[in-house]
Amino acid sequence: MSEWAMRGKGVPVRLEKVSFSYGEAPLTFDVAFAAAEITAIMGPSGSGKSTLLNLVAGFETPQSGRVLIGGADVGADPPSARPVSMVFQENNLFGHLSVEQNVGLGRSASLRLTEADRIAIAEALERTGLSGKERRLPRELSGGERQRVALARVLVRDRPVLLLDEPFASLGPALRDDMLDLVAGVHAERGMTVLFVTHQPEDARRIGQNLVFLNNGTVAATGSADDFFAGAGPEAFRRYIGASAGNAVSRDIARKRT
Amino acid sequence: MAGGDEQIGRVVTPAQTMDSRVSAGIIALAAITLLIGGAFAGLLVEGAHDFSGAWGAFDPYLLRVVRFTLWQAILSTLLSVVPALFVARALSRHPRFFGRAFILQLFAVPLALPAIVAALGILALYGRAGYFAGLFSAVGGQDWPGIYGLSGILVAHVFFNLPLATRLFLEALQTIPADQWRLASQLGMAARPAFRLIEWPTLRAALPGVAGLVFMLCITSFTIVLTLGGGPAATTLEVGIYQALRFDFDPARAVALTLLQIGLTFIVVLALTRLGANVVGDTNLPVAPRRYLSVNGTETTLNAALIVLALLFVVGPMAATVLAGLGADLGRLAGEATVRQATLTSAVLAFLSALLSVMLSLALTMARRALALNRRAGPRTLLEHATDTGAGFVLVVPPIVIGAGWFLLLRHAGDVFAIAPVMVVTVNSVMAMPFALRAIRPAYDAASERHERLCAQLGISGWARLRLVDWPSLRRPLATAFAFAMALSLGDLGVIALFGSDSVQTLPYLLLARMGSYRTQDAAGLALLLGLVCLALVLAADWLGRHKVRNV
Repeated sequence: MSEWAMRGKGVPVRLEKVSFSYGEAPLTFDVAFAAAEITAIMGPSGSGKSTLLNLVAGFETPQSGRVLIGGADVGADPPSARPVSMVFQENNLFGHLSVEQNVGLGRSASLRLTEADRIAIAEALERTGLSGKERRLPRELSGGERQRVALARVLVRDRPVLLLDEPFASLGPALRDDMLDLVAGVHAERGMTVLFVTHQPEDARRIGQNLVFLNNGTVAATGSADDFFAGAGPEAFRRYIGASAGNAVSRDIARKRT
Repeated sequence: MAGGDEQIGRVVTPAQTMDSRVSAGIIALAAITLLIGGAFAGLLVEGAHDFSGAWGAFDPYLLRVVRFTLWQAILSTLLSVVPALFVARALSRHPRFFGRAFILQLFAVPLALPAIVAALGILALYGRAGYFAGLFSAVGGQDWPGIYGLSGILVAHVFFNLPLATRLFLEALQTIPADQWRLASQLGMAARPAFRLIEWPTLRAALPGVAGLVFMLCITSFTIVLTLGGGPAATTLEVGIYQALRFDFDPARAVALTLLQIGLTFIVVLALTRLGANVVGDTNLPVAPRRYLSVNGTETTLNAALIVLALLFVVGPMAATVLAGLGADLGRLAGEATVRQATLTSAVLAFLSALLSVMLSLALTMARRALALNRRAGPRTLLEHATDTGAGFVLVVPPIVIGAGWFLLLRHAGDVFAIAPVMVVTVNSVMAMPFALRAIRPAYDAASERHERLCAQLGISGWARLRLVDWPSLRRPLATAFAFAMALSLGDLGVIALFGSDSVQTLPYLLLARMGSYRTQDAAGLALLLGLVCLALVLAADWLGRHKVRNV
């Protein structure tokens, strides 16, 4: 594989005065994500969380500014050439391909797999608890298992940056905790840089080391997750997470924001 | 879906992976443009070459032809659509009775039947020597003259369009929410007010579209008029073009007729799109939803009578086709070298035509999708418009017109009949495109919606993407489109009527020739064969289309 495929080498991600617009309100991001750490990205709907990930992944092109991954400007690279893997909320798998094939696509986009690739795939399936389900089709799996397949593919792709766009939002609480622990475990082994968009404060608390809070299309605050939840975040953040932060602001106000 | 709304409905993809799909679309558009443009060039060259001749062709006879073309289309539309309103209503009032689904299936058969087969079935039933001739002679007190001319054309058009209109109206009626029926039955609404207050508003909304579609089909109908129309008194523009080229060899008149036909269809299509008509027609079988209906005895009897009448009218010619076909000396026919040759020619040409049709449709679909994804927020480009509506050209320019244009262009270049296979394959493939697109486009767009980002992320593109992603999810819709296009092409007697010769004969062409030389039994046998093959293909298309691939 390529030069970044060295284990335990997360690289820093930086958006430098990046501006972007869907035609309405412009979004501007100027933010750095620390290498090899998990950063939770939170913010109300429409604040630009998914757009930020799409800019890093290469699904969107900035109108101005630079996207730097590991210090290199990746602006001209198509999504598949960037040193990132991404897991979406849904549609992570091809419905007509088996679990094994879906994971294998992370190694070879034309599914021409070497023996070494097959071993890596088997290991990844083992690590994500999917052994014995290699030949199943996605529709024969539960929602949680499907996301595990996506994570297994992240493992065989082995890129230094992992982007998670609310991948566990449709799972129940217990299952979500399992998945979060799996992500944390994989992160401990591989040490990639993880950007994790979530709506759940518990998620951010559970595995987030840092937290970036977006509001109105821009970065409103950054800091360590612990500080945020200890009440050091801005007013807008406290309003956003509402009663679960344990402060006096009522839920109704928080709801109106979303 | 907590807070995922920023991304709903947006599939984001970079520009650089798109080029191959867009260029495929451009090639397809270029091919279609060449086909239609060449026809126009032929017409223009001919018109300029003999301008006074073309101008002189606008004579009273031409005016009569135009008048008859419109008159038969108006009558056919009225006779198909008005009864269809009531048949559809009768069927919707009785959502569950034995054989209902079968009746609806039967109503789909005319759509699959080649026009020439139906024409033959109608002649076998109501013709001078038809099954009913004896009965009609006895009732009328004189020899039954058979149904040629306007009456034959009308019966055939109604045979095709009454079931089509019925199905479309039934579909419309089934969009009425069940709640309304529940309410109506709670209020004790009788049949008459229920029709006025619930059914009629829905039917009225569907009426312009359905009537427009039927009118369009009748105004461009060629085979029916050719086989059932009798002489100059019952000739339409399309048949006029054919006669001008094949019999009178009067290119100037052909140009004049063609221009009129284009003008006429253009106006009709324009009017239809204003009305929001669906100019392609559908083959989906409507399913009956749960209903709360109270239908009294008198109405049930009336409805039953109506349904049975419509059924008999539709089944009659089909049964006659089968009976007459079985009466033919099928063994001898099968042994005949000409028949074998025509069957082989038909099969090869239809196969190639369907293949081309599917490829062109897929190319346009992919290009349209790729352009739409790249465009983001801005207005649509000309190219995207062209990939979206390019196939619609063929609705404005009927096959006969394309054939006529090329016929005129190529007759200076040598033997026009030598290019018959090329013309049949290309024109029929373009003709089938509106149908093929309907099968392919929704499936492709849905698959793209799911797979676009994943493919971009994993770098799956080009050949690998076609093999691993697009082919598995499009296999069935492509097969549906292929089967349908092949059925259309197999049964077509448009281009081949112009270009056919002893050396290149398809089954419909041979059928027409046997009819022309009064070998009715042979014709009936061939019609049965052709009808069965087309029916099998359309059933296969339907079956393939119904099994949707489940996706996560």
